[in-house]
Amino acid sequence: MNIMTEKSLDDAVNAEMNARTNEIIKMRGDKVTVHYGEKQALFGVDLDVRQNQVTALIGPSGCGKSTFLRCLNRMNDTIDAARVGGKITLDSEDIYDPKIDVVELRARVGMVFQKPNPFPKSIYENVAYGPRIHGLAKNKAELDVIVEKSLQKAALWNEAKDRLNEPGTGLSGGQQQRLCIARAIAVSPEVILMDEPCSALDPIATAKVEELIDELRENYTIVIVTHSMQQAARVSQRTAMFHLGYLVEEGPTDKMFTNPDDKRTQDYITGRFG
Amino acid sequence: MGEHTVRSFDEELQHVDQLIRDMGDLSGAMVAGAIRALLTSDQALAQNVVADDTIMDAKQRDLDNSAITLIAKRQPMAQDLRAVVGAIRMAGDLERIGDLAKNIAKRVGAVGQSPTPRNLSHSIDAMAQLVLGQVRGVVDLYVARQAEGLKDLRADDQKIDIQYTAVFRELLTYMMEDPRNITACTHLLFCAKNLERIGDHVTNIAENAYFVVTGTQLPLNRPKVDETTTTVPA
Repeated sequence: MNIMTEKSLDDAVNAEMNARTNEIIKMRGDKVTVHYGEKQALFGVDLDVRQNQVTALIGPSGCGKSTFLRCLNRMNDTIDAARVGGKITLDSEDIYDPKIDVVELRARVGMVFQKPNPFPKSIYENVAYGPRIHGLAKNKAELDVIVEKSLQKAALWNEAKDRLNEPGTGLSGGQQQRLCIARAIAVSPEVILMDEPCSALDPIATAKVEELIDELRENYTIVIVTHSMQQAARVSQRTAMFHLGYLVEEGPTDKMFTNPDDKRTQDYITGRFG
Repeated sequence: MGEHTVRSFDEELQHVDQLIRDMGDLSGAMVAGAIRALLTSDQALAQNVVADDTIMDAKQRDLDNSAITLIAKRQPMAQDLRAVVGAIRMAGDLERIGDLAKNIAKRVGAVGQSPTPRNLSHSIDAMAQLVLGQVRGVVDLYVARQAEGLKDLRADDQKIDIQYTAVFRELLTYMMEDPRNITACTHLLFCAKNLERIGDHVTNIAENAYFVVTGTQLPLNRPKVDETTTTVPA
């Protein structure tokens, strides 16, 4: 048996700490506030999103987790009454800087929504649309490669390769969601935001998407909002707990689900909330 | 700690917790009974202890089933998860304490028939009282969720080890004095060893209970002073 002395234990802890500090911060929220008209939805949220990791945002309904997620690619811009304060950076660059091209930002920070929402077009066109408008392919052959690679990365290629010209809406719910992920991947984003991507899916489709999330982590940084605590525990490396517009606690997922520091986190994940 | 939104979840957790308390109480009673039976050569009491072990085993099975079902149905998190997993592990140790008490009780007949030096029972009694205090203490501290107390109790195991070493030496001396003592002294040696093992199980329970209460593990190193493995007759 391998007996760990206190010294080697200390070394292991130190190595772990160093590995953590070496992690690259892909996106950083700095005192982020959001108002919807008069109503304040987020209160000074400081949250780092680490590169090539899955960060899960959890909390009861109305806690601000989706609001925060939508700030990360400026989806809140589409809501007239929404005002965003504080600072959000992507690779240390302020994404709310007036010089930033929002369309380009959303190509770098892609999004997958709660309900699968494929365009009413063919499977091929669903994936090809983004690369085409962003001019990522010079010709049809290059576009074909992008479509195939994206569908492969989204673990949909085998099921879709013989029916690329059929409508995307004809796929099953789980397949549609993976198509939406393929569509997000097609424009080579750096960060993928997922807003409850599995809440409309059955357990098998959910498992496939979760497996996919784990694979995507190698190439992308992922932020996921989920109502399923088990899902957050399964797919993420970091978990952030929101409540009433405040960030309550953020930390390694393993710790958050076994021994969280804050009582509100404890009450929420153990099912003791109000 | 507040209540769960789903009340039956609370009831299931309480059931598991109650079983741990029951097993803790029973193990205390079994150890006390076995010791008294040994020191007073009380055969009837020894039989009771042996019979109690069946109840102990049934409780452990109930706890195992309840805990597994709870995990499958509720997917407990954080302190709830620790409480359930901790209960499974503590139940294993409590069940072993019951077995060891039963083993002491079974030896009552064999020891009673031999002319045991009377003063010998004195040092075994002292060791038994220490062990009994530990068994009762650990369950009480767990129920009261007292992390510091559990930490101290774990350290107290070394007092049992010291006492065990003393009993061991003493028994060797009696056996050398008069070979007619050997049968009884050997049985008593097993009894002392059983008590020492019970102390170790209490230590495990204390460590588990500490983890359940605090979410952190106690350090691995614990002072050990059982010297019987290196003791030779002087």
